[in-house]
Amino acid sequence: MKAMKKVLSLAVVAAMALSVFACSADTAETTSEETQAAVDYEYMSYAEYEAAALDTEVTVLCTVMATQSWWEDQITVYAQAFDGDGAYFIYNMACSEEDSEELFEGATILVTGYKSEWEGEVEITDATFEFTDLAQENPMEPVDLTADFGNDDALIAYQNRNFTMTGLTVEASGDNGDAFLYSWDGSGSQGDDLYFTVSNGETTMTFTVESYLTGADTDVYQAVEALNVGDTIDVAGFLYWYQGANPHITSVVEAQ
Amino acid sequence: MISLRKALSSVLALSVVFSVFGVTGCHGNVTRNEFTVPEYFDTSRQFEITFWAKNDTNVNQTRIYNQAIEDFEALYPNISVNLRLYTDYNKIYNDVITNIATDTTPNVCITYPDHIATYISGENTVVPLDNLFTDERYGLGGSELLFESPSVDQIVPQFLDECTINGVHYCMPYMRSTEALYINKTYVEALGYEIPDIVTWDFIWEVSNAATAKNPDGTYAINGQDVMIPFIYKSSDNMMITMLRQLGAGYSDDYGNIDIFNDTTTSILRTVADETALGAFSTFTVSGYPGNFLNAGQCIFGVDSTAGSTWMGPHAPLSDIHESNIVDFEMVVRPVPQYDTENPLMMSQGPSVCVFNKEDPQEVLASWLFAQYLLTNDVQIAYAGTEGYVPVTTMAQESQEYQDYLNDPEEYSIKIDVTNMFLENIGNTFVTPVFNGSTSLRNAAAQLINNTVKSVRRRETIDDEYFANMYEEVTALYRLDQLSASKDSRAELGPLPSESKALLITLGVVWIGIGVYFAYGLVKKRKKS
Repeated sequence: MKAMKKVLSLAVVAAMALSVFACSADTAETTSEETQAAVDYEYMSYAEYEAAALDTEVTVLCTVMATQSWWEDQITVYAQAFDGDGAYFIYNMACSEEDSEELFEGATILVTGYKSEWEGEVEITDATFEFTDLAQENPMEPVDLTADFGNDDALIAYQNRNFTMTGLTVEASGDNGDAFLYSWDGSGSQGDDLYFTVSNGETTMTFTVESYLTGADTDVYQAVEALNVGDTIDVAGFLYWYQGANPHITSVVEAQ
Repeated sequence: MISLRKALSSVLALSVVFSVFGVTGCHGNVTRNEFTVPEYFDTSRQFEITFWAKNDTNVNQTRIYNQAIEDFEALYPNISVNLRLYTDYNKIYNDVITNIATDTTPNVCITYPDHIATYISGENTVVPLDNLFTDERYGLGGSELLFESPSVDQIVPQFLDECTINGVHYCMPYMRSTEALYINKTYVEALGYEIPDIVTWDFIWEVSNAATAKNPDGTYAINGQDVMIPFIYKSSDNMMITMLRQLGAGYSDDYGNIDIFNDTTTSILRTVADETALGAFSTFTVSGYPGNFLNAGQCIFGVDSTAGSTWMGPHAPLSDIHESNIVDFEMVVRPVPQYDTENPLMMSQGPSVCVFNKEDPQEVLASWLFAQYLLTNDVQIAYAGTEGYVPVTTMAQESQEYQDYLNDPEEYSIKIDVTNMFLENIGNTFVTPVFNGSTSLRNAAAQLINNTVKSVRRRETIDDEYFANMYEEVTALYRLDQLSASKDSRAELGPLPSESKALLITLGVVWIGIGVYFAYGLVKKRKKS
């Protein structure tokens, strides 16, 4: 059985109830928000989620970091644990188009689904969600994984996290020595996922610009299309996994 | 390869879109006159046509498309072909649906007949090809063609039949594949079994169950690893459809009557549940690519397309897994598992090509010329060689060039093996009925298997009530009840023939004339009185 963490403090509720009487009119709004924050949400901490077996039902409280494009009542979400100590990849979560417009970065949602694994990616599938009015006080800063570049054994600990890597050199990809490829082997065209290879001087990794996350009209997509072999770059993204680290890159800038 | 998962993720969405069109039978207000073949092709005019092509995320296929365009343009300097590449059918389908509404469809498009069944619910959207096939000058093998084209008789009849909707050819086959059973022979023999020429489902389950035995330390005895899924099926919809066909059970008919919810389906799903519970079975949707597990020594039987053969096996030219994770073993291929070894049945699948109608018949003719060029030997043999595809013309299949390819020791042996297996079994292939909604039914078939696998893994109770509820949910999700209800006369009988339209118009004019004459008579009477 999954252990549940309760965000319920009778003391807080009682204190807030008292504060309603004590507050003046100009503080009423703040009190209302605080009352919302005390609603009883039952969810797993990130540690409890990590400990849960695959194929078990999980309920997590998380804050949206990014979403892939909504499509017919489904959306894929990159989210940080509300606790702030880990990240989730929520694949094809049930979501109406109307709700998807509210599912912006910073929205905190309660997600119920199944912990699953697909080609090494541990994710939440068949999920539903509800909005909360909880505010994320501690947005998760990207973790600098430059030191773990190319080391899947080390990177696995940060699966799904937002991260940065710096000082990487663009290597040639494909038979033509291009700086990037449309689709993994160059068989695609503009609008498809971009793939590019970078090195730290010792080893290489292949990064992906996931077109459903950052499409052809985004800065990162265009930045990668403008890359040249030999450029030195800093990147940010989410540490997606497919048979090893397969980061979804959201930012590419010239190395600082 | 990850994009393929994206393709699957959009299947549900597309099926919903599909269902909506299925119900309304309308894509917008664009109407177009029927195409008639011009008497001659106007070489004095320049034509720019668009070709939406699908490849298997295989750059060699992209190169062949580009080469075909270059060669075609050299023959027809007044036709320019703009290539747009796709790596999954569903995205093409989605874009075509969107562009039908805005009258910006491509000229030539790689597609599935299932998808065309939706496209043609818009009036005169897709060009019926029968008249083009037989046109003496520009038809298949026509006298005015600047290249050697196959005659109608030289297209493999089974493949051509798959392109028929309501008795009309709306597309031509471009490539064909089937599914193959890829087997880790080393492990099967280590378990004490010999692989028969035709593998039965019973054999699959028996060996798979044997492969779930574990060592005292919890690793699997057969591979010494923590992971072993003995049998993985890539396409859950194909699995259900093939099993039903092999058992002679219902799926659907040509008119869109849904027969899938029957006792045989339930029996199949019970087997799926039992084998999943034993740890013997999973699907691509739930666990991942069969090839990845096979190559890592974590799977014994994988069913995947022959068009995915270059990813299968420890020495496959393509691989998604790190080479340090590849386990060496001997791989063999067989037809997909069978119930009746005397009468094997397997799916025929693969891309077809259709031509979209335009205002200018000359533009359509230019498009048809290019579509037809895709059936020439140069294109057919080159493209088939990129994967375990089979050319769709006997002209290509029987050519010396193709025979040389099949006997080339430099080619990847598994690819050649599955190609030969398919060539030997073309007569044992089948396709599912195509109608407006057949894609939704296919998706529903997949979901029945995937839901069952997931539910077992999630320790849900699998019983009669479970299946009844799932059938109800899947029916609602894919609007299968509405599909059956919407199989209207249009779907059954096709568009009204032009002669009938003319007759109806004439009748209308006659009635109006009678009315006018009667009214005139009344007015005349009144004036007299």
